Amino acid sequence: MIEISDVYKKFKGVEALSGVSFRVNQGELFGVIGPDGAGKTTLFRIIISLMLSDSGSVSLWGLDPDKDYKKVRQIIGYMPGHFSLYEDLSIEENLRFFATVFGTTIEQNYYLIEDIYKQIEPFKKRPAGKLSGGMKQKLALSCALIHRPRLLVLDEPTTGVDAVSRQEFWEMLKKLQKEGITIIVSTPYMDEASLCDRVALIDNGRVIVSGTPQQITKGFGKSLFGVKNDDMYKLLQLCRLFPNTDTVYPFGEWLHVTFKNDAKEADLQDFLKQKGIENPLVVPIEPSIEDCFLGAKS
Amino acid sequence: MDKIIEVNNLVKKFGSFVANDNLTFHVEKGEIFGFLGANGAGKTTAMKILCGLSKPTSGRVMVAGNDVALNPEKVKSSIGYMSQKFSLYDDLSVVENLRLFGTIYRLSRRQIQDRTRQTLSRLNLYAERNRLINTFSLGWKQKLAFSSAILHRPRLVFLDEPTSGVDPVTRRQFWEMIYEAVADGITVFVTTHYMDEAEYCNRVTMMVDGKIEALDSPSALKQQYGVETMNDLFVKLARK
Repeated sequence: MIEISDVYKKFKGVEALSGVSFRVNQGELFGVIGPDGAGKTTLFRIIISLMLSDSGSVSLWGLDPDKDYKKVRQIIGYMPGHFSLYEDLSIEENLRFFATVFGTTIEQNYYLIEDIYKQIEPFKKRPAGKLSGGMKQKLALSCALIHRPRLLVLDEPTTGVDAVSRQEFWEMLKKLQKEGITIIVSTPYMDEASLCDRVALIDNGRVIVSGTPQQITKGFGKSLFGVKNDDMYKLLQLCRLFPNTDTVYPFGEWLHVTFKNDAKEADLQDFLKQKGIENPLVVPIEPSIEDCFLGAKS
Repeated sequence: MDKIIEVNNLVKKFGSFVANDNLTFHVEKGEIFGFLGANGAGKTTAMKILCGLSKPTSGRVMVAGNDVALNPEKVKSSIGYMSQKFSLYDDLSVVENLRLFGTIYRLSRRQIQDRTRQTLSRLNLYAERNRLINTFSLGWKQKLAFSSAILHRPRLVFLDEPTSGVDPVTRRQFWEMIYEAVADGITVFVTTHYMDEAEYCNRVTMMVDGKIEALDSPSALKQQYGVETMNDLFVKLARK
């Protein structure tokens, strides 16, 4: 089990992490969900022993990334947010390098990376610097897995990646999970939270809430309504004018609205009709992780 | 119906590789036009041509009344552009950046003063106006970058993945700024990987392997392909 307890980290007077605590269970696919600047990268660097916290503790199956950093580095596979492999070495050379550094061979754990590596193997002599974004990602993942780590830590592997590649990436992670690898992954995409076993929502260096995706959405605590019409911008402005509106956020096709008290859908519908909106659609909807995140912020 | 972008049979080749394979589409004045597609599908190549940064191999592309092959400099001066990779100068302050962009687009001193004041007021940043850009969070940088991109009131603005990684609240504030700009008469051409943002567009196009696979309003496309969300549509069209 992995235990993060009350971790603090400050940089030049800015508190990047303010008492972060959560637990990751053996074999779990755990998501750290939060926007840019939330502290995800700082947190990961502390977990994998690249950085020391100011206070608090991290325990990876009893190992301390500070005191036991050598052992910790052997059991971790890490994929940072930016491509950081050797651009002038080929795909094959990079993979062999990492295998050697970890005291193993490509052949030993090839079965683990086979599905991923097969997709880039035709280009194995190409320098890593000349690969497309998707291929770089697959190579980085292969290098992080080649020594069969106990814990795989991935820092925003899907940021800037298109929806199809994102989906394929998560399918890869699920397969790796079946091999018994514990995975901690960070993402700014709230919809990816539902793909994890458990998640921690993080913002401004603090954990807002953690648990299974279902536990988190159940904790939303209010009724949520979807509102739709042809002129969404006008609708947005009108919903803001409605005296009983607590929050209103655009969510693509729909506006998501919460009310201040026991106001009902019909009240908003009447208000909108009065303001000249024909047939406004106001329906109760289930909250998503993103609704919970926005709810915690307001 | 006024066409602010007209693309006819656009082909762009790099050697034998066809990045843009006979694209034909147009963008109407006042639209929010979404340009979607997987990485490597040819979006960036096409956008560069539309911005006057690259010339077509063949075909005709008119942007804001200018032919991109014959008058790329005229194209550049009549559009705004903002991307996630580059927005403002980190080591300049807010006002310095606005003055720089205003000067590049040949606004008068008076116009720069007025519009700087308007921007600072709109974003509630008057007190922060002398802070260097690198002290702001990504969300703020993006909002400022958008303001700079439309400082010269272009008729058309290109936004290249403007909200990547930005927090959910700021993303929505950003899209409200887009709505306001459109209400002011600016046409917006945007690429994004957030499929929910595709829903804010009047029409979207999806590029797959250098070709346009779909072009219509989000609701029409979802109905046509029998899917619930834009994400499902994307996966259906782009996945092999």
